[in-house]
Amino acid sequence: MSRSEASSFFRPGATMKRLSRATELGRMWPLYAIFALFTLAALAAPLVAPFDPLEQDLFARLKPPGTMAGDNLYLLGTDELGRDLLSRIIYGARVSMLVALLSVTVSMITGTAMGLAAGYFRGPTEIILMRLVDIFLSIPAILLAIITVAVLGPGLQNLIIVLGFTRWPRYARVAYGQTLGIANTPYVAASRFIGLSSWRILVRHILPNIIAPLIVVATLEFGLMIIWEAGLSFLGLGVQPPTPSWGSILSTGRNYMASAWWISTLTGACLFLLVLSVNMIGDFLRDSFDPHSVKR
Amino acid sequence: MNNFLLKRLGQTLLSIWGVITVVFIILQLSGDPTLLMVPEGATNEDIDSLRQQLGFDRPMIVQYGDYLIKMTRLDMGTSFIQNIPVIDIIAPRIFYTLYLAFSALLVAFGIGLPVGIYIGVFRNTPLSRILMGLVLIGQSMPTFWSGILLIMLFAVKWGFMPSSGAEDALSIVLPAITLGALSMATIARITRTSIIEELGKEYVRASKARGLSHSAVIRLHVMRNASIPLITIGALELSNLLAGAVIVETVFAWPGLGLLAVQSIEARDFPVVQVLVLLGSIVYIGLNLLADILYSVVDPRIKLHGGKR
Repeated sequence: MSRSEASSFFRPGATMKRLSRATELGRMWPLYAIFALFTLAALAAPLVAPFDPLEQDLFARLKPPGTMAGDNLYLLGTDELGRDLLSRIIYGARVSMLVALLSVTVSMITGTAMGLAAGYFRGPTEIILMRLVDIFLSIPAILLAIITVAVLGPGLQNLIIVLGFTRWPRYARVAYGQTLGIANTPYVAASRFIGLSSWRILVRHILPNIIAPLIVVATLEFGLMIIWEAGLSFLGLGVQPPTPSWGSILSTGRNYMASAWWISTLTGACLFLLVLSVNMIGDFLRDSFDPHSVKR
Repeated sequence: MNNFLLKRLGQTLLSIWGVITVVFIILQLSGDPTLLMVPEGATNEDIDSLRQQLGFDRPMIVQYGDYLIKMTRLDMGTSFIQNIPVIDIIAPRIFYTLYLAFSALLVAFGIGLPVGIYIGVFRNTPLSRILMGLVLIGQSMPTFWSGILLIMLFAVKWGFMPSSGAEDALSIVLPAITLGALSMATIARITRTSIIEELGKEYVRASKARGLSHSAVIRLHVMRNASIPLITIGALELSNLLAGAVIVETVFAWPGLGLLAVQSIEARDFPVVQVLVLLGSIVYIGLNLLADILYSVVDPRIKLHGGKR
């Protein structure tokens, strides 16, 4: 494990490795089920959510889980404005996964392009790009995210930009290492001799050969980005109310700890379960793609 | 050795310069930084005069040079909100963050180390599997959830811990546990791997052949050798804990630098945010350097060369 990898902010991914190794594919079905459940909930939020997540009912404030109020059954209770917690969690899953998916895509594309270029062109390109990677990795990621949000302002779009902007060096590192290995193989030299453009060699011949480890990184990063979205929204730097986000629900729930335990507890439990399932799947992918990782 | 140190020091300085520059560029990203700094409802004349006062009307390269010179003089600027030097705002808070980070490190080692030794020495017992699972679950709980759960149980429900702030002597307990859980698993895992690796070495068999008992071999030899990676990990984890303090301090309203960072963003007090980010990065880079140096000092068998580990 490289130094910078070991020191990134919160990453449960690496430590999940051991557990996942002990857990075989067949025994992991509950995790796949959890992941599938959240994905479905996120995709079909308007269909499965019992209520509008923004609809307030001030007569049904802070009702505990399972409350019947008139004709309405609040399965997971209501929040401080009488909004249905279950519906807010379902829509929150949507926000969470959307942010994670888009920011992973942004950082993966940027990082891969940088890594490919550095590993293939070598020379000054390599020096400048990889130095840049080192510099970015030496700023604690949470601080980099904080100052960027501070400049751009909070909000869904900016959150995606910030996360993409903060996380690309990890992909660049991996893509760079992989490209270095492949750029020297005879088939790449042969492609160059028959006159293929650098662009074509990179995209058609090198990229497909380095994509597997990048997908593994992306899966683990997906779990991390879910935590980050929630973390930044918790700090008030991410998705803004009234849009339901797990982080902001947790943050308001903190003000009602004595009177409404369910707001923070249940939302956090969903976050925990989703991240755990994504990480286990990522670790499984890593171990199956990369036989060396077992020894680490 | 000296060659390595020089090269590593050079890298460190380069990284610090890089961080300073990246922060400068990010601040320029927004276009005109003056707009970030003016209070809402400022008139155009106010904005113009502030821009002039701050020197944002000068060419970018001049601003950058000026900024670098200020950095080398450790001139950190003045807070916009409180109108006092940033250093005076930050200084009283440093203690709290260090106190929290070191307490968390103590929790992480205090629990992670014995657990790691146990699951390393007694592999595959039911208890060690359970411990491993607990440690992993403890670590994958986001701190802003685990912190709230701890407050709900120990402060709200049973009421024997303060829920927030730093007035009470017991105030440190819950934040330190919450933050320490982040590093606990890493420490337990590395201790375990390290012990398993050492147990497989020839000297273990040789010592047993000499008639030492299993537990004596572990106490006298295995533990000592297995502790080497932990010293470096200590330095690296401390830098993680300092960064993690941003969220934990917010959860517990702990009056340290992390809470200050969040409050300063809300108040749009840019000079403070900027200094906090730079300070955090430099400490982080410094601790990484320290980890590298410690690594060679504690284990003379390790030969350092200019390259990366």
